[in-house]
Amino acid sequence: MVYEVHPAPGESTDDAPDAEKPALGWPLWEVFVRQRRGLNHVHAGSLHASDARTALQSARDVYTRRVEGTSIWVVPSAKIVASDPEAAESWFDPAADKPYRHPTFYDIPDEVGHI
Amino acid sequence: MAKVQDEAGHGLYLYAAAETLGVTRDDLMNRLHSGRQKYSSIFNYPTPTWADMGAIGWLVDGAAIVNQLMLTRCSYGPYARAMIKICKEESFHQRQGYEIMITLSRGTEEQRAMAQDALDRWWWPSLMMFGPHDVDSPHTEQSMAWNIKRQTNDELRQEFVDMAVRQCDYLGLTIPDPDLVWNEDREHYDFGPIDWDEFWVVAKGNGPMNRECIDRKLAAWSEGAWVREASTAHAEKRRARVEVA
Repeated sequence: MVYEVHPAPGESTDDAPDAEKPALGWPLWEVFVRQRRGLNHVHAGSLHASDARTALQSARDVYTRRVEGTSIWVVPSAKIVASDPEAAESWFDPAADKPYRHPTFYDIPDEVGHI
Repeated sequence: MAKVQDEAGHGLYLYAAAETLGVTRDDLMNRLHSGRQKYSSIFNYPTPTWADMGAIGWLVDGAAIVNQLMLTRCSYGPYARAMIKICKEESFHQRQGYEIMITLSRGTEEQRAMAQDALDRWWWPSLMMFGPHDVDSPHTEQSMAWNIKRQTNDELRQEFVDMAVRQCDYLGLTIPDPDLVWNEDREHYDFGPIDWDEFWVVAKGNGPMNRECIDRKLAAWSEGAWVREASTAHAEKRRARVEVA
C-alpha cells in the first residue's frame, strides 16, 4: 500500500541533474536536522542543490544559523516513499479497535500498587 | 549580513512552499524576472540614509510580523510552517530596527532629524503593506473562506497602527498623520486616509525603485550564472567519477 511520490514538474528523479538542463533543474532535497545529541532528526524543510555535498552546505546555511542543530541529513526528495494520504483512514484504521494493545486496558487492583 | 541571510532564507522557505503546489522554481524565477510575478511593493522605495535601517526594521518588518503571525495559523501547512520560522527571525530584525531608532532619537539633533525623516518616509508605505481596504481587496473573501488568511487587511492594519503609535511615543517622534487620534469608543486609533493612487502606481510597477529593483535582480541572476553552471558541472563530474569506480 505504498504509492509513488511524483517528482515536481521539471524535477529530475536522478540524484544529480542532467548537464543539459538549466542550473535550476537541480534536484530537490529534504533536510532533517538533529537539534542536539539524544534527540532524533526532524524534518526542517527542503532545498534545491546540484549534489549531496552542496545540499548539506546549503542546509547548514539555511536551517542552522542559530544553533538549531548538531547534525544534518539530506535525502533526495524523489527517493522518499510515502504512504498514500488518501488511504490514511483504511491504512491506519485497524489500530483503533484493538484497545487490548494498550496497558490501560487491563485492570490491576489498587492494593497491588504501581505496575 | 545576518539580515540578508535571513531574508534569503525567507525567500527560500516560501519558494519551497509554493513548489509543493506543483510549480517549478524556474517558472517562479522567470515570472519574477519578466515582471509577471508581484512582490511586496515596499521594496520599491529608496533607502537613502542609515536611519532607514532603523525605520525599516521597526515598521516594515514590524508590519510583516503582524501579517505573518496571522499566517502561522494559515490552513495550508507548508505555508504556515514556513511562517513560524520567518516570524522568529523577523523578530530579531524588528528589535534591531527599533533599537537603532531609540539610539538615533536619543542622539544629536541631526540624528533625531534623521530618525524623524525616515519615519516620515516609511510610515505610509508600511500601512500600505497590508493591502487595499477590505471592500476593495479582490482576494480577501476567498482567502478568508479557505482560512489562508484569518484576519482581514483592515483588521491587521489597525492592529499595527495601535502598536506602532505606542512605540513611537516612546521614541518621542511624530507620526506624519494629522488625523491620528485615539478613539475611546472603538478603543483603537483612528488614522487618516491612505493615498491609494500611490499604492496602485507602485503595485503596478511604477514606484520610485521598481525598475532598479528588477534590474538588480536580473543582474544578480546573470552574474551568478557561472556559479550555478560550475556547481552543476562539478556534480556531474563527481557522479561520472563514481560511476567509473
